[in-house]
Amino acid sequence: MLRFTLRGLLARKVRLVLSASAIVLGVAFLSGSLTFTEMIGRSFDNIVGGSVSDGVVRLNRLGSATSLLRNLDQRTLPGSLVPQLASAPGVARADGSVEGQGLFVVKQNGKLLGGSGAPTIALNFDDAPNAAGDPTVTIPTGHEPRRAGEVAMDRRSARNAGYRIGDTVRMVTAGDQPRITARLVGYADFAGGGLAGATLVMFDTRTAQDLFLDGADAYTSIGLTAEGGVSQAELVTAVTPLLPDGVEAVTGDQVTDEVKTVVDTVLGYLNTFLLVFAAIALVVGSFLIVNTFSMLVAQRTRELALLRALGASRRQVTRSVLLEACVTGLVGSSVGLGLGLGLTALLRTVFAGFGLDLSGTSVVLSGRTVIVSYAVGVGVTMIAAWLPARRAASVSPVSAMRDDAALPEGSVRRRLVVGSVLAAAGAALVVAGLNTSGSTGTSMVGAGILAILLAVTAAAPGIAIPFVTGVRWAFGRMTGPVGRLAGNNALRNPRRTAATASALMIGLALVTTMSILGASTSRSVDAAITEQFTSDFLVSNALLQPFSPVVGDEIAQVDGVGRVARTQVVQVRIGDSTVTGSATNLEALEAIVPISFVSGSRALGDGQVAVDQDRAQSLGLRVGDAVRLGFDAGPQTARVSGIYRSTYLLGDVLVPFSTVTAASIVRADSEVLVDATPGTDTAALGVALEKATTDYPTVTVQTRQQYSDSQRAQVDQLLYLIYALLGLAIVIAALGIVNTLALSVVERTRELGLLRAIGLDRAQVRRMVRLEAVAIAALGACLGIGLGLLFGFVLQRAVVDQGVTDLAIPWARLALFVVAAVLVGVLAAVLPARRAARLDVLRAISSQ
Amino acid sequence: MPEIITARSAIAARTLDVSKIYGGGDATIRALDGVTVEIGAQEFTAVMGPSGSGKSTLVHCMAALDTPTSGSVLIGDVEVSGLDDTRLTRLRRDHVGFVFQEYNLIPTLSAEENILLPLAIAGRRPDPAWYETVIDAVGIRDRLRHRPSQMSGGQQQRVACARALVGRPSIVFADEPTGNLDSTAGAAILLFLRRSVTEFGQTVVMVTHDPTAASYTDRVIFLRDGRVVGELRNPTAGTVLEQMAHLQDVPPAVV
Repeated sequence: MLRFTLRGLLARKVRLVLSASAIVLGVAFLSGSLTFTEMIGRSFDNIVGGSVSDGVVRLNRLGSATSLLRNLDQRTLPGSLVPQLASAPGVARADGSVEGQGLFVVKQNGKLLGGSGAPTIALNFDDAPNAAGDPTVTIPTGHEPRRAGEVAMDRRSARNAGYRIGDTVRMVTAGDQPRITARLVGYADFAGGGLAGATLVMFDTRTAQDLFLDGADAYTSIGLTAEGGVSQAELVTAVTPLLPDGVEAVTGDQVTDEVKTVVDTVLGYLNTFLLVFAAIALVVGSFLIVNTFSMLVAQRTRELALLRALGASRRQVTRSVLLEACVTGLVGSSVGLGLGLGLTALLRTVFAGFGLDLSGTSVVLSGRTVIVSYAVGVGVTMIAAWLPARRAASVSPVSAMRDDAALPEGSVRRRLVVGSVLAAAGAALVVAGLNTSGSTGTSMVGAGILAILLAVTAAAPGIAIPFVTGVRWAFGRMTGPVGRLAGNNALRNPRRTAATASALMIGLALVTTMSILGASTSRSVDAAITEQFTSDFLVSNALLQPFSPVVGDEIAQVDGVGRVARTQVVQVRIGDSTVTGSATNLEALEAIVPISFVSGSRALGDGQVAVDQDRAQSLGLRVGDAVRLGFDAGPQTARVSGIYRSTYLLGDVLVPFSTVTAASIVRADSEVLVDATPGTDTAALGVALEKATTDYPTVTVQTRQQYSDSQRAQVDQLLYLIYALLGLAIVIAALGIVNTLALSVVERTRELGLLRAIGLDRAQVRRMVRLEAVAIAALGACLGIGLGLLFGFVLQRAVVDQGVTDLAIPWARLALFVVAAVLVGVLAAVLPARRAARLDVLRAISSQ
Repeated sequence: MPEIITARSAIAARTLDVSKIYGGGDATIRALDGVTVEIGAQEFTAVMGPSGSGKSTLVHCMAALDTPTSGSVLIGDVEVSGLDDTRLTRLRRDHVGFVFQEYNLIPTLSAEENILLPLAIAGRRPDPAWYETVIDAVGIRDRLRHRPSQMSGGQQQRVACARALVGRPSIVFADEPTGNLDSTAGAAILLFLRRSVTEFGQTVVMVTHDPTAASYTDRVIFLRDGRVVGELRNPTAGTVLEQMAHLQDVPPAVV
């Protein structure tokens, strides 16, 4: 039986290749995603391992979770602590570290280096060793920075910025000295290998203190190296009694774990994001596999019946088909794994474009990836082949003898009934979910949508019959008998047509849903900006990186500038949640943009906080309540002065600048809103503001139109990325159409021969096959876009609370999708049509 | 010198020294070996011969379904060899009718749609009077809306005959049209073909190995080993059998 199966497989190489290709693409995506995220993880492990010492003395932090968005910390450790710690028992050496925050290198061309991605790390240079005993940073070329005006950079960043040793490097900081320059004196090599695209900038300790700590003899953290035989835990225990309040000592391992937790969380999101698309590809691929195996079984009915007549049991027949699926899955997974490595390289290139440079880390296929890939690839194939295998076993031995050997087909009506029931259940869930608030409601909507998708998939053959009948009529009107023949062919096996179309349907439903959500988000953002953004100009950093208040001071001096208001993004911990808020002078801000208060006072004095309406509700806060605002430096108690309607421009809480200062956070601006004095030519003022900020590449000056364009561009960018990823599902759906058509052509060889004999020419045969493909694609497109419209509408309703207030349906784009789907059909038909047209008439007629 | 078979009336189709060779080297098969025949217009001609005699190949070449290795084929005045696929297709569509042994109809189309398909492909409208005549002659008026799967083999074959004739082709080729039918159904087909020649002035060429079927024709051409080895005018089943027996005895002419 095994040999028989393998023979059969080899005899149908093309089928095998086509159905395996679905698995190949799905598994490639899966393994590529896994390998890529593992690679990022390893790269960060190296960085952390290369830089962390045996123990670290640092300022207390709020909670153990290291947030990605941190406030700029103003607190320091006294310089006198370093010799104290160095002389503690078990401590071999202590090295004070100065880390500068908010520093960016300006490239030779005046643009910001790495401004959109990986961070810039500014440190004092020393020869402190990491936990492995190697110096964290070495300067193999040039020399280390020794005095003010000297700087060292990692070689890759220096090259990207266009600087060589001896050049003057321009930098901007968020501090009092917003613009600094220094001569590049050496290239720094990092012990952890690559820096994942981060920029490393090093000054001598004195200069670093001058630049970042106002010249105080102080440090931001102190690295400890243990004497031989002293463990990290013992090291920490030994130094803890020496530490002042608000300072803690932690082991190097703990720091490593903390960083890893953050990295893993972020990678988890990335992984989930990518794996969702791998899953979609595999689901769509499983349609292709079900279809292929159904068709293979149908074609081989006679052969299977003969096997049964010769004494093979039902189970043997089932097993033979499943074995075939298993081999297909194995082959597909193997090729997919190989292709996945290529995909990883591609992802690396794409992400390098976003600033995440992983050239220092090699691509390694992990055992986990291999196992997961094979398990998923083979599993999906075998599950998809299960039903056809069962059907194969139900072939009665006597059909071998009959001429009209046909498989029992499940009734279309039954599937319509199942579909209707599922659709009703799904609709009920959606309606109930929309009326339920919170995440329960969202989950119900999600489940309802899934049920509707399954319902339409189940009922697709029943929908296919009237739809294709209509298409056949249209084809008949347009192309006469060839079109009617094509329509007939698509109708001949509605289940097959429906399953092929379903693959396309899923892809297009998702694309349409995302388009509607994207367009709705854009429109809602636009509406919010139009309503709330009433200033003439906004000066901001695209990544919400803070910039020096000096920028705002200089802007206020520009001729024609009237009112100016500033905001600073601050992270505050309230209860268990970290809230992104804005520090501002509310009076100045309100003079420029409208803020509507639902209760309380508009005045925001020292020790007070204003809270956004939704946030107040979730935190249970009312005007007059006392609330604890958590900061790294310690908590502050503030009184709720007012509750305001959510706005797009501001965070969830508003605090005065005095709160920021009290929390030892560096005063830096995130946004500066600018109004022109009455009668000023705003265009000219825009030019003047541009000019005033040319030296600060961290900030951009935008009008309302430019701002809303840039916000929309962000939505579009994400949307295009999702389109690209969903494109994979469309490619697999196209392969499904190729497969179905190829099999149809083979099945109908004699019929094609007859048609050729009675006068159908080659072009007409090609057109017939092509139109069949168009009928399938049109079915998939209409179902997919119909579902997408429904889902998009439902999801927009579900996220109204999250700011997507307006529904927008991008009709032109949807029309483009229909055209594209039909084109996909036409392209998919190219090879099968050519094959059909090339059939030798005589041989076709006489073939069995 | 091979015998040249000539027709007595006007010529509907002819072959000139047609040879068809399959394969090459040791495996060379001469399916046709210098055949020259003429098919008279408005005649019912049978082509007979044992298996492998080349009778189907000859008809396929004459019907523009196959291209001879050498020699020429004319349908009416049109030289078939040298036509490209599109022209061949058009020639078949407009001037040739076909009836095959089996699998003659498109399963997704009704009987009526099957009959009108060649005309529809050509974008021609049927001559209503002729259409009615053909439908009545084959006797399937009550089956026009049926699918092939709802009809018996004999009925399907009658639909195929109607399809072959409805476009008034210059010549109809029938390849063992009664091969799969019982004698009653077969007789109906043969009678129809006979009538279409006698009453409607059509030209029919039929491949058969059945002497009774051959007895419906005006003329029988005998083939053996790719050559024409005999001819019979106004055959009866008896004379055909006799001729066939005679051919069994005589070894083929060696050139």
